[in-house]
Amino acid sequence: MRTLPFLVIAALILVGGLFLPQFVGNPYYFFAGYVVLQYVVIATGWNILGGYAGYINFGTSAFFGAGVYVAAFLIKAFGAPLPVQILAAGVVGMLLGVATGYLTLRIQGVYFSIATVALVVVLETLIHNIDYLGGASGMQTIAPPAPAWFGGQTQYVFCAMLVLAVVAVVAARFIERSWIGRSLRAIKASEPAAEACGVPTLSMKLVACAISGAIIAIAGAPYAYYASHVDPLSAFSLTIGLNALAMPLIGGTRSWIGPVIGALLLASVQQIATVTISSEFNILAVGIVLIAFVVLAPEGILGLIADLKEKLRRRGARP
Amino acid sequence: MSEPIVVIRGVEKWFGGLRALGPVDVDLKPGERLGLIGPNGSGKTTLINCLSGLFVPDKGTIVYDGRDITREPAFRRARMGIARSFQIPRPFTGMTVLENLLVPMDYLGSHERSELERADEVLASVGLAARRDAPAESLSQLELRKLELARALVTEPKVLVADEAMAGLSENEIDDVLALLMRLNDTGVAIIMIEHIMHAVMRFSQRMICLETGRIIAMGTPQDVAQDRQVQKVYFGERAGA
Repeated sequence: MRTLPFLVIAALILVGGLFLPQFVGNPYYFFAGYVVLQYVVIATGWNILGGYAGYINFGTSAFFGAGVYVAAFLIKAFGAPLPVQILAAGVVGMLLGVATGYLTLRIQGVYFSIATVALVVVLETLIHNIDYLGGASGMQTIAPPAPAWFGGQTQYVFCAMLVLAVVAVVAARFIERSWIGRSLRAIKASEPAAEACGVPTLSMKLVACAISGAIIAIAGAPYAYYASHVDPLSAFSLTIGLNALAMPLIGGTRSWIGPVIGALLLASVQQIATVTISSEFNILAVGIVLIAFVVLAPEGILGLIADLKEKLRRRGARP
Repeated sequence: MSEPIVVIRGVEKWFGGLRALGPVDVDLKPGERLGLIGPNGSGKTTLINCLSGLFVPDKGTIVYDGRDITREPAFRRARMGIARSFQIPRPFTGMTVLENLLVPMDYLGSHERSELERADEVLASVGLAARRDAPAESLSQLELRKLELARALVTEPKVLVADEAMAGLSENEIDDVLALLMRLNDTGVAIIMIEHIMHAVMRFSQRMICLETGRIIAMGTPQDVAQDRQVQKVYFGERAGA
């Protein structure tokens, strides 16, 4: 997609979404839409490190949870408005990304992934032991009221998440097409070769960690507003980490649109399943779909589309 | 004669209790064609990794263009003008051939029109112009070797290390790559060639070095090195006995 049409579509989605509360009355749609958009942000953030640079982060929920608790802290301590919470969560997520990256990126491949799992345990244990943030039982987060224009709390966080999703996707697309994306893909293909081409691999991986961490953490920030209650179990939930991994893999990790497709698809199915079947079915569904894709379509939906195009082209070329 | 562009002094590299390399002293003059031979495991690639910065030597110093670069990271050496190709081609998959060349160019300057022209020139000079927009994964073995060289050349290096750039190629393809390296050398680039294909490395080199268990056992003209008794023993053992 060319840049101008892309930006026009992004702007239309943004404006359309922001006016949605004026036309749609039922808050449930915003409730469900919030979750879907949250996963668009998470999957997009994950893909910058996991998809472009090839460093699989199993600890997404650590960054998400950090965002949740930064917001919760700011609400309790200062009654801070949502935009401040989001910005603060982004900064904390970025710092957390750099710190984790600095400690773990010298180890390559699977060891990095294992270290990210440890990060979740460390942060969750930390929160368990901070009484101010409610410890293991969590805390109420009574946020300041939403601006009246949005018509309600849920509509407000939905719009906030929509803005974050558009910003995250635009950023991911920009990175993908810039020299940063090229360097990250070179790192994914071969670190020694990238280094021999003048790519400062460690710094570039840290940049990817910082951006990825910031995006995932901002996805967590509105949660305190959204749920009015935060606890370590849901903030550092395994489901977040699993979805963050599954959505880009199912959509396709090579391009920004892969995680978007994966997140829209999988999160929607989960929302529908939660209402119609049971909420436990979620995890099962993700597991089954993920296994199916890993086995049958390792390049995700984008890979399937590319294969299909190639087949059609060949058929067309035949006399 | 001009000052050497690379001066390697007393370089050693240990892996655990095993000394894989050294102590080794090597000089490389600007524009020189140096052949590096030796049996498998004799330390050729280890020496090259110390020069290009993938390994930090445990002892000794490496001076490039008058600067001590012993502890400089690999990416900085690459930007200073030390380029290399890898024994096993390492294309940047998921990118086109042209994008592969843009990776090193990203760190040298902006993508102005002249930069893209430069990439196209290099692609044409190695014979990959027709494959410009092909995905890197679709290249043949010869094309992958050429891509490795093109990626090294696009930065206009002063020293190029070709690590078995001809392994697995047919005779015609070997001539092809040799001619390419010769043309490159004509532009003033010093080339270190690691090679098992003896006739190729002997034809190419002005000077040759033979490594064995991490040490230099012979140095001189290709003829001298090939006729050296020790070299014949370790390297051409079977042929000398025949």
